[in-house]
Amino acid sequence: MTSPVTSCPVAIRIQEDDFDIAREIAVLTRSRTDIGAVVSFSGICRADDDSARVAALTLEHYPGMAEAEIRRHADEAISRWPLNGVTVIHRVGRFMPGDNIVLVLTASQHRQAAFQAAEFLMDYLKASAPFWKKEESATGTGWVEAHARDDEAAARWTKS
Amino acid sequence: MKVKYFAWVRERVGKAEETIEPPATVRTVEELIAWLSSRSEAYAYAFEKPKVIRTAIDHAHVKSDAAIAGAREIAFFPPMTGG
Repeated sequence: MTSPVTSCPVAIRIQEDDFDIAREIAVLTRSRTDIGAVVSFSGICRADDDSARVAALTLEHYPGMAEAEIRRHADEAISRWPLNGVTVIHRVGRFMPGDNIVLVLTASQHRQAAFQAAEFLMDYLKASAPFWKKEESATGTGWVEAHARDDEAAARWTKS
Repeated sequence: MKVKYFAWVRERVGKAEETIEPPATVRTVEELIAWLSSRSEAYAYAFEKPKVIRTAIDHAHVKSDAAIAGAREIAFFPPMTGG
Protein backbone atom coordinates (compact mmCIF):
# COMPACT_ATOMS: atom_id res chain seq x y z
CA MET A 1 0.00 0.00 0.00
CA THR A 2 1.34 3.37 -0.91
CA SER A 3 0.87 6.21 1.49
CA PRO A 4 -1.19 9.13 0.23
CA VAL A 5 0.81 12.04 -1.08
CA THR A 6 0.28 14.97 1.22
CA SER A 7 1.90 18.35 1.12
CA CYS A 8 3.45 19.81 4.24
CA PRO A 9 3.71 23.58 4.05
CA VAL A 10 6.30 25.02 6.41
CA ALA A 11 6.05 28.61 7.65
CA ILE A 12 8.94 30.02 9.68
CA ARG A 13 8.81 33.61 10.83
CA ILE A 14 10.94 35.70 13.14
CA GLN A 15 9.19 38.92 13.98
CA GLU A 16 8.77 41.66 16.56
CA ASP A 17 4.99 41.65 16.28
CA ASP A 18 2.74 39.47 18.40
CA PHE A 19 0.99 36.48 16.87
CA ASP A 20 -2.61 35.31 17.02
CA ILE A 21 -2.71 31.57 17.71
CA ALA A 22 -6.27 31.09 16.40
CA ARG A 23 -5.42 32.93 13.20
CA GLU A 24 -2.25 30.89 12.65
CA ILE A 25 -4.17 27.63 13.12
CA ALA A 26 -6.82 28.84 10.68
CA VAL A 27 -4.11 29.63 8.10
CA LEU A 28 -2.53 26.20 8.60
CA THR A 29 -5.78 24.27 8.17
CA ARG A 30 -7.49 26.45 5.54
CA SER A 31 -8.86 24.45 2.61
CA ARG A 32 -7.43 21.21 4.02
CA THR A 33 -9.51 18.13 4.76
CA ASP A 34 -6.57 15.80 5.45
CA ILE A 35 -5.66 17.32 8.83
CA GLY A 36 -7.09 15.59 11.87
CA ALA A 37 -4.91 17.10 14.58
CA VAL A 38 -3.20 20.40 15.26
CA VAL A 39 -0.93 20.78 18.27
CA SER A 40 0.07 24.24 19.39
CA PHE A 41 2.82 25.17 21.82
CA SER A 42 3.23 28.75 23.01
CA GLY A 43 6.19 29.98 25.00
CA ILE A 44 5.33 32.97 27.19
CA CYS A 45 7.52 35.46 29.05
CA ARG A 46 7.47 34.39 32.70
CA ALA A 47 7.90 36.70 35.68
CA ASP A 48 9.34 34.17 38.09
CA ASP A 49 12.71 32.78 37.22
CA ASP A 50 14.85 30.63 39.50
CA SER A 51 16.05 33.54 41.61
CA ALA A 52 14.74 37.02 40.86
CA ARG A 53 11.46 38.37 39.59
CA VAL A 54 11.83 39.20 35.90
CA ALA A 55 10.64 42.67 34.91
CA ALA A 56 11.40 42.37 31.19
CA LEU A 57 13.13 40.11 28.71
CA THR A 58 15.02 41.10 25.58
CA LEU A 59 15.47 38.54 22.82
CA GLU A 60 18.30 38.78 20.31
CA HIS A 61 18.81 36.48 17.34
CA TYR A 62 21.18 35.73 14.50
CA PRO A 63 19.25 36.73 11.36
CA GLY A 64 19.62 34.20 8.59
CA MET A 65 20.97 31.40 10.75
CA ALA A 66 17.94 31.38 13.06
CA GLU A 67 15.60 30.74 10.14
CA ALA A 68 18.01 28.19 8.62
CA GLU A 69 18.36 26.28 11.88
CA ILE A 70 14.60 26.11 12.47
CA ARG A 71 14.14 25.03 8.84
CA ARG A 72 16.64 22.19 9.28
CA HIS A 73 14.73 20.87 12.27
CA ALA A 74 11.34 21.35 10.58
CA ASP A 75 12.65 19.29 7.66
CA GLU A 76 13.85 16.61 10.04
CA ALA A 77 10.48 16.57 11.81
CA ILE A 78 8.77 16.11 8.44
CA SER A 79 11.07 13.19 7.65
CA ARG A 80 10.31 11.54 11.01
CA TRP A 81 6.56 12.05 11.35
CA PRO A 82 3.69 12.18 8.83
CA LEU A 83 3.03 15.93 9.10
CA ASN A 84 0.65 18.03 7.07
CA GLY A 85 1.87 21.44 8.16
CA VAL A 86 4.39 23.18 10.41
CA THR A 87 4.39 26.79 11.61
CA VAL A 88 7.13 28.24 13.81
CA ILE A 89 7.02 31.88 14.89
CA HIS A 90 9.67 33.31 17.20
CA ARG A 91 9.45 36.90 18.39
CA VAL A 92 12.45 39.14 19.03
CA GLY A 93 12.62 42.43 20.90
CA ARG A 94 11.71 43.41 24.46
CA PHE A 95 8.96 41.58 26.31
CA MET A 96 7.07 41.89 29.57
CA PRO A 97 5.79 38.98 31.65
CA GLY A 98 2.72 37.53 29.96
CA ASP A 99 3.86 38.37 26.43
CA ASN A 100 4.00 35.67 23.78
CA ILE A 101 7.52 34.67 22.70
CA VAL A 102 7.29 31.57 20.54
CA LEU A 103 4.66 29.54 18.71
CA VAL A 104 5.01 26.05 17.27
CA LEU A 105 2.11 24.48 15.36
CA THR A 106 2.21 20.99 13.96
CA ALA A 107 -0.59 19.45 11.91
CA SER A 108 -1.07 15.79 11.10
CA GLN A 109 -3.76 13.23 10.41
CA HIS A 110 -3.47 11.90 13.95
CA ARG A 111 -2.52 13.41 17.26
CA GLN A 112 0.56 11.32 18.11
CA ALA A 113 2.65 12.67 15.26
CA ALA A 114 1.53 16.24 15.93
CA PHE A 115 2.31 16.02 19.66
CA GLN A 116 5.71 14.41 19.14
CA ALA A 117 6.78 16.72 16.32
CA ALA A 118 5.82 19.83 18.32
CA GLU A 119 7.88 18.63 21.28
CA PHE A 120 10.81 17.71 19.04
CA LEU A 121 10.74 21.14 17.39
CA MET A 122 10.62 22.99 20.70
CA ASP A 123 13.41 20.91 22.21
CA TYR A 124 15.67 21.62 19.25
CA LEU A 125 14.64 25.24 19.03
CA LYS A 126 15.71 25.79 22.63
CA ALA A 127 18.96 23.86 22.31
CA SER A 128 20.21 24.96 18.91
CA ALA A 129 18.37 27.90 17.33
CA PRO A 130 20.49 31.05 17.74
CA PHE A 131 18.40 33.18 20.10
CA TRP A 132 19.56 34.72 23.36
CA LYS A 133 17.58 36.14 26.27
CA LYS A 134 18.63 39.02 28.45
CA GLU A 135 16.71 39.48 31.70
CA GLU A 136 15.95 42.67 33.57
CA SER A 137 15.06 42.31 37.23
CA ALA A 138 15.28 44.28 40.47
CA THR A 139 18.79 42.91 40.98
CA GLY A 140 20.07 44.05 37.59
CA THR A 141 20.35 43.01 33.97
CA GLY A 142 22.05 39.88 32.68
CA TRP A 143 22.13 37.25 29.98
CA VAL A 144 20.17 34.12 30.76
CA GLU A 145 22.40 31.08 31.16
CA ALA A 146 21.73 27.99 29.11
CA HIS A 147 20.43 24.98 30.99
CA ALA A 148 21.96 21.53 30.57
CA ARG A 149 18.39 20.20 30.77
CA ASP A 150 17.63 21.85 27.41
CA ASP A 151 20.52 20.03 25.72
CA GLU A 152 19.40 16.80 27.38
CA ALA A 153 15.83 17.33 26.17
CA ALA A 154 17.08 17.67 22.59
CA ALA A 155 19.52 14.75 22.91
CA ARG A 156 16.78 12.25 23.75
CA TRP A 157 15.49 12.56 20.15
CA THR A 158 18.82 11.43 18.73
CA LYS A 159 18.47 8.15 16.95
CA SER A 160 20.72 5.51 18.49
CA MET B 1 36.07 36.80 6.06
CA LYS B 2 33.21 38.36 7.94
CA VAL B 3 32.94 37.65 11.67
CA LYS B 4 29.81 38.25 13.75
CA TYR B 5 29.36 38.28 17.51
CA PHE B 6 26.16 37.86 19.48
CA ALA B 7 24.83 38.39 23.00
CA TRP B 8 27.55 38.74 25.67
CA VAL B 9 30.29 37.84 23.20
CA ARG B 10 29.24 40.92 21.18
CA GLU B 11 29.14 43.08 24.30
CA ARG B 12 32.59 41.96 25.43
CA VAL B 13 34.21 42.34 21.99
CA GLY B 14 32.52 45.72 21.66
CA LYS B 15 31.23 45.26 18.12
CA ALA B 16 28.60 43.21 16.28
CA GLU B 17 30.67 42.37 13.22
CA GLU B 18 33.90 43.00 11.41
CA THR B 19 36.00 41.76 8.52
CA ILE B 20 39.21 40.01 9.46
CA GLU B 21 42.17 38.52 7.63
CA PRO B 22 43.82 35.98 9.88
CA PRO B 23 47.23 34.61 8.84
CA ALA B 24 47.32 31.36 6.85
CA THR B 25 48.58 29.50 9.92
CA VAL B 26 45.13 29.95 11.50
CA ARG B 27 43.27 26.95 10.11
CA THR B 28 40.57 25.93 12.61
CA VAL B 29 37.90 27.57 14.73
CA GLU B 30 40.00 26.84 17.81
CA GLU B 31 43.03 28.55 16.25
CA LEU B 32 40.91 31.51 15.16
CA ILE B 33 39.63 31.98 18.72
CA ALA B 34 43.23 31.92 20.01
CA TRP B 35 44.30 34.42 17.34
CA LEU B 36 41.38 36.76 18.11
CA SER B 37 42.09 36.50 21.84
CA SER B 38 45.64 37.72 21.24
CA ARG B 39 44.42 40.92 19.58
CA SER B 40 43.26 42.82 22.69
CA GLU B 41 41.98 42.50 26.22
CA ALA B 42 38.40 42.84 24.97
CA TYR B 43 38.76 39.75 22.77
CA ALA B 44 40.64 37.89 25.49
CA TYR B 45 37.75 38.62 27.86
CA ALA B 46 35.12 37.54 25.32
CA PHE B 47 36.94 34.26 24.65
CA GLU B 48 38.30 33.66 28.17
CA LYS B 49 36.39 30.34 28.34
CA PRO B 50 36.72 29.08 24.76
CA LYS B 51 34.86 25.82 25.51
CA VAL B 52 31.72 27.82 26.34
CA ILE B 53 31.75 29.67 23.01
CA ARG B 54 29.59 28.27 20.19
CA THR B 55 30.60 28.79 16.59
CA ALA B 56 28.71 28.81 13.31
CA ILE B 57 30.21 28.85 9.82
CA ASP B 58 27.90 30.10 7.09
CA HIS B 59 24.82 29.72 9.31
CA ALA B 60 25.51 26.16 10.50
CA HIS B 61 26.84 25.02 13.89
CA VAL B 62 30.41 23.69 13.80
CA LYS B 63 32.80 22.19 16.35
CA SER B 64 36.00 23.87 17.48
CA ASP B 65 38.17 21.66 15.25
CA ALA B 66 36.27 22.70 12.10
CA ALA B 67 38.36 24.17 9.28
CA ILE B 68 37.72 27.82 8.50
CA ALA B 69 39.03 27.69 4.92
CA GLY B 70 36.43 28.99 2.48
CA ALA B 71 34.16 30.36 5.19
CA ARG B 72 32.25 33.48 4.18
CA GLU B 73 30.83 34.23 7.62
CA ILE B 74 31.89 32.97 11.03
CA ALA B 75 29.81 33.74 14.10
CA PHE B 76 30.70 33.40 17.79
CA PHE B 77 28.05 33.35 20.50
CA PRO B 78 27.12 31.91 23.90
CA PRO B 79 24.96 28.78 24.28
CA MET B 80 21.48 29.50 22.96
CA THR B 81 18.62 30.48 25.28
CA GLY B 82 15.67 31.00 22.96
CA GLY B 83 12.23 29.45 22.95
